[in-house]
Amino acid sequence: MMKRWKLLLAVLCITKLASSQETFPVNGVADKREGCYAFTNATIIKDVKNKLSNATMVVRDGRIVAVGNNVAIPKDAVVIDCKDKYIYPSFIDAYSDYGMPQQQAGAGRGGFNFNAPAQLESNQKGAYGWNQALHTDVNAVSLFTTDETKAKGLRDLGFGTVLTHQKDGIARGTGAVVTLSKENDNLVVLKDKASAHYSLSKGSSTQSYPSSLMGTIALLRQTYLDAQWYKNKPKTEGLNLSLQSFIEEQNLPQIIDGGDKWNDLRADRIGDEFVVQYIIKGGGNEYQRLKEVAGTKATYIIPLNFPVAQDVEDPNDARQVSLADMKAWELAPTNPAALEKAGIPFVLTAADLRDPKLFTANLRKALDYGLSEDKALEALTTAPAQLLKIDDQVGTLDAGKVANFIITSAPVFNTGTTILQNWVQGHKYGVNENSWNTTAAIYNLVLNYPDGNTASYILDVKNSTTANVIGKDTLTGRLSYDGKIVKLSFSTVPQRRGFGGGNFGGQGNFGGGGANTANNKTIRLSGVSNGDVWQGNGTDTAGNMILWTATYSKAQEVKPDSSSRRRNNSLAGIGKVTYPFSGYGWEEAPQQETILIKNATVWTNEREGKLTNTDVLIKNGKIAQVGKNLSDASAKVIDGTGKHVTAGIIDEHSHIAAASINEGAQSVTSEVRIADNLNPEDVSIYRSLSGGVTSAHILHGSANTIGGQTQLIKLRWGANDDDLKFKGADPFIKFALGENVKRTTSSTNNRFPDTRMGVEEVQMDAFQRAKDYENAWKQYDADKKKNANAFAPRRDLELDALVEIMNHKRFITCHSYVQSEINSTMKVAEKFGFNVNTFTHILEGYKVADKMKAHGANASTFSDWWYYKNEVIDAIPYNAVLMQHEGVNVAINSDDAEMQRRLNQEAAKSIKYGGMSEEDALKMVTLNPAKMLHVDNKVGSIKAGKDADIVIWTDNPLSIYAKAQTTIVDGTVYFDRDKDMELRKKITSERQRLINKMAGERRAGNPVVPPVASMELMNFCDEDHGHTKGLLIMDASKLEENK
Amino acid sequence: MKIYISLIALTAIINMASAQETVYPAKAQTGSVAITHGTVHVGNGNVISDGTVVFDKGKITYVGAASGAPSASKTVDANGKQVYPGLILSATDVGLKEVGSGVRGANDFREIGDNNASIHSVVAYNTDSKVINTLRDNGILLANIVPQGGILAGASSVVQLDAWNWEDAAYKKDNGIHFNMPSLVNRSGRFGGGGGFPGGRFAGLGGDQADPIKAGLDRIEEVKSWLREAKAYAEEGNHANTNLRFEAVKGLFNKSQKFFVHCDLVKEMLIAVDFAKQFGMDVVIVGGSDSWQIADLLKQNNIAVILNEMHSLPTMQDDDVDQPYKTPAMLQKAGVLFAINDEHEESRYRNLMFNAGTAATYGLTKEQALSAITLNAAKILGVSDKTGSLEVGKDANVIISNGDILDMKSSVVTNAYIQGRQLEMTDKQKQLYERYKYKYGMK
Repeated sequence: MMKRWKLLLAVLCITKLASSQETFPVNGVADKREGCYAFTNATIIKDVKNKLSNATMVVRDGRIVAVGNNVAIPKDAVVIDCKDKYIYPSFIDAYSDYGMPQQQAGAGRGGFNFNAPAQLESNQKGAYGWNQALHTDVNAVSLFTTDETKAKGLRDLGFGTVLTHQKDGIARGTGAVVTLSKENDNLVVLKDKASAHYSLSKGSSTQSYPSSLMGTIALLRQTYLDAQWYKNKPKTEGLNLSLQSFIEEQNLPQIIDGGDKWNDLRADRIGDEFVVQYIIKGGGNEYQRLKEVAGTKATYIIPLNFPVAQDVEDPNDARQVSLADMKAWELAPTNPAALEKAGIPFVLTAADLRDPKLFTANLRKALDYGLSEDKALEALTTAPAQLLKIDDQVGTLDAGKVANFIITSAPVFNTGTTILQNWVQGHKYGVNENSWNTTAAIYNLVLNYPDGNTASYILDVKNSTTANVIGKDTLTGRLSYDGKIVKLSFSTVPQRRGFGGGNFGGQGNFGGGGANTANNKTIRLSGVSNGDVWQGNGTDTAGNMILWTATYSKAQEVKPDSSSRRRNNSLAGIGKVTYPFSGYGWEEAPQQETILIKNATVWTNEREGKLTNTDVLIKNGKIAQVGKNLSDASAKVIDGTGKHVTAGIIDEHSHIAAASINEGAQSVTSEVRIADNLNPEDVSIYRSLSGGVTSAHILHGSANTIGGQTQLIKLRWGANDDDLKFKGADPFIKFALGENVKRTTSSTNNRFPDTRMGVEEVQMDAFQRAKDYENAWKQYDADKKKNANAFAPRRDLELDALVEIMNHKRFITCHSYVQSEINSTMKVAEKFGFNVNTFTHILEGYKVADKMKAHGANASTFSDWWYYKNEVIDAIPYNAVLMQHEGVNVAINSDDAEMQRRLNQEAAKSIKYGGMSEEDALKMVTLNPAKMLHVDNKVGSIKAGKDADIVIWTDNPLSIYAKAQTTIVDGTVYFDRDKDMELRKKITSERQRLINKMAGERRAGNPVVPPVASMELMNFCDEDHGHTKGLLIMDASKLEENK
Repeated sequence: MKIYISLIALTAIINMASAQETVYPAKAQTGSVAITHGTVHVGNGNVISDGTVVFDKGKITYVGAASGAPSASKTVDANGKQVYPGLILSATDVGLKEVGSGVRGANDFREIGDNNASIHSVVAYNTDSKVINTLRDNGILLANIVPQGGILAGASSVVQLDAWNWEDAAYKKDNGIHFNMPSLVNRSGRFGGGGGFPGGRFAGLGGDQADPIKAGLDRIEEVKSWLREAKAYAEEGNHANTNLRFEAVKGLFNKSQKFFVHCDLVKEMLIAVDFAKQFGMDVVIVGGSDSWQIADLLKQNNIAVILNEMHSLPTMQDDDVDQPYKTPAMLQKAGVLFAINDEHEESRYRNLMFNAGTAATYGLTKEQALSAITLNAAKILGVSDKTGSLEVGKDANVIISNGDILDMKSSVVTNAYIQGRQLEMTDKQKQLYERYKYKYGMK
């Protein structure tokens, strides 16, 4: 066995060396060949714009020599007659990992884990950078080796060239352009450093940082800054190979894996900041946000990984599949067409497919769903060639280019077309060579019987297994053709049923049911093809010997592609894209209106207090007037009789609408920003609108002492991430203290601090560093005036945020519980000359309310949470009342997507616990949080000139029996009970339509997968008070990476 | 309002003297008590607008119109106030779990192992838990203490919340056996790695297990086969080898114990129904988020439901945003016997009445909502012969509230009686309130 194996290897080596390059010694006899071929009589598609009929292409030494209608055929050329064949440039895949080593399993999956020990440093040994997810030093060309199995798989799809890179890490080093030829590695590389790659996934890195999407973005941003600084060769850094490579790679095409519509935008914003226009590898859901995607001005690399229908026959299974998932299944094939229509430049890739073989079917599907054939061809040939700056070598069939082309049986995108051969660098690779001669041709079949009789038929060959035999009747023939040997059999009398039943084995055993008349004869023929003539012998039922010939007559008429018809079928009755892309999304976004609410009880939160029988006029997004008997002819009038009107509810502490919430890998992460990863499609936004919430302060979690920068949003359901932001609001940052920060639930904590003593020291250290940093910059600014070559300090995003705090440009909201930590944090702040703006949760605030008042801190607390961990055993529901009594501005927050929609009730608990007045209680979830967020000039009360963020309640808003009837943000109705009823009906009917459609897939015999419950992702502040009651809710941070 | 504040001040003064350690369990009722001229909410749907409740020796002796009520040795004027039966928490870990998280030593609610059928929660129930008094002060007087670990988690017991020790607290011992239904959800592979919340129903599933539904069904079949053996064991009185687990579940087969099945999704609930049919047990579904989908079927099979938490998010993002809130009304309409529970970990179960209040906002009448935390709960827990409503002959488990107890802006409980004993209405939180009112010189 072993011996044979060695022998085989030896043979392979010899074969390989035969085509090897100059420097390699030859074992045996040299076998140099020029490989000259002439492809004649072909339809040649040089590129989308240049199509030649009956043309010739000459190839020599792996390159195209000539293409045209009057090309001289060299004498030494092997002539290949391509009559009826089509030749296209072979495809280019710009997003491959072909020939890369097998990836290590991702150890760094998931978000921040409160319980696992942290890996604080990189495991990569050597003079590299600090973070293990930055693989800028990796060059795909150094790792590359051909892989014939994978190459064949791609060649069979029509690809000839790929850009390959190692898909691992946030920075992934360079990619190489290689062909899919079987040659020596040396010969297949067309371009060694063709691109630089990035992603938002940390891949196999086991280092804790970054543990979140926003941490990933911060790391990339900091790396750009570090690179700028490193260019000046700072002595303190020594040699940093990672930064050095990063700098060197900047002049290459920069490709980043977005993989999702929102991540596409996030990636593009990083590029914008550092004047880099990324090429973005998309996720296939770009059609859901075309306007924003177009706004990136990026070229996209688009996968064709369309979801497969789920088996939703069982209604209980169907219930767990969300409308969003079903809609995505229906609409994903429209993605390429949508991009084309929107004029967004893109190329296509076979990446991300569960099975690469799906590429062809999915490409045809995309064509059925409206993608034009020209665009498809361009996106697979010239566009990627230009994108990767290899259009001088590949992408078209012009003289001088690499001889990478495919020969097809018919126009390449037609249904039923097969790729016959794929030539790479002038070498032939068979794909479906059997089909070379049988493709859709008409033959004249003549049978010669021994008695001199002949019988003539037209043989209408459909493909290598079916042919009609046309005489008096049209008979269904059974054909078997392997490119050389032909077998054909048919009954001379039409069959009631075709041979489709499959009882026609290799032995020709098919008499039975078919032979229904005496005249019936079964003819069995066998023969050999000599190009245009097939001939051989055979027998009939009676055993008569027959000789036969079949002579090529003409090609099958190529029918115009039926895709326009298919397209109509595919697009008929298809659903619409909604904003957000989920059940409660809008087809038409709600608009700002002029609204007059008449005769309501208005809780102004102003000096006027609670006004009965009062009108509120809303105009241009603002409160225009509050008073009696108001009128406005243009206004939509809402009868407020018996209703209560309040300012919109503001939640000071929320974790909805974000893709990640905790960057807990380090104790100080002030560089991360919630704003970098807002998720405007979180259904929590809509649910909170139903509870009268109009603004929410989205905080970083409480995993570390100095967390990340927060984002105040307005609940503009349907808007994109940027439009969710509360514009003009002061920036804030989250700090945290106590058990979460010291990782109490972990028995193996190795991250400093582990005690409250250490927490205070982390604060002191961070601000001291920030102070020194600020001074260094001041020194530099002074030096620069004298010395143009003064050495700039390293920009540090982490310290920038802390400097802002010290300069009263950024404000802290600090997760806190026990009195000692509250007190000591105020002392640290005072030492560095600023105030802690807000203590959030602050369940022992009542113990130090006097000190908080003196310091100037606000308090944002829970109404009645307690005893869920040791540091809250002294929490009391009288906290709000006690702090308020001491003059502290107090808010009630939720920290919870469910409670957020009942915050009015939470505020009402202070009436029960401590006898607060109703109006004061309401202010705790409206005006008071507005004050502590510095936006009380815009929201929080009902006063002319303020934003029209308004709720109409069915009852006293502090009663459990009150429901929000209508919730208005900026004068736009985003929630209304009547409109909600319509949405529910629409959801029901859309769901039913899609369930039926999916069930149809199954009945049509198309593949379906078992139903998968659509889990709802939710972020939690920490692990000790996560609200897990939603049944199909997943902790977002536990999700592998951030896809 | 003023009266109310001064009332608070008055209670405050009384309380200042006593730390929680000196809040004593009340002594047995000595003379008859009449709560007069209140709005009496019986718990069975009836309301008596000018009503009086009289009790003696721990039992209710009169419920009816104030006029014509018998006199009592002590009269409590409830004019303008609301009188209710004591509220019941129908599934809770109070007394087993002291500090919610991060303090291992404070936890006794989850035993290890799969089959804990012979576990008895009541023996670990700590009558001195700091949580208990905060419940009483909100009108919650009885609780069903449920063990959590394993597929078969063991026996719960109903306790009353004013006792020196668990023996005294026990109201109905071992009222049912708890079964944690394995999850029957096919979760996406990308959530693999055994995901889910530690210790939750999803733990251990997914990831390496190729088909989580098959895995769940296999585990259910194991439980069934064990129950078949247990049932056979129960048929024979004499055993050479006494099996403690089989002994512990004997009551399931003669319906002296209920079978509490913790599950939420339709398929899981259908299996619970199947248990009832196959073994002839009284089955109660605990959780039941999706029970509204099969309300009629539950009714047909006499399956009761404990809705674990009204204040939840909808199961699916496409669900009606208020689905959890209106589920009780849908069960009510179908005639399903159901109770509303509160297992909110962070507020520690004292918002039971507000969960019921929400159900009243979304379709129940207020009296139906009250029944869901009183009489219905008593029926489901097997204690309705003794409590759950204000009816003659039942234990005098009574509370008085200043206003509508279901609405937080008026829900202030001033008096509570368990078996006629008047409870001292203070708790650790009120005491801390007093301590800091003192510091800040608040009146």
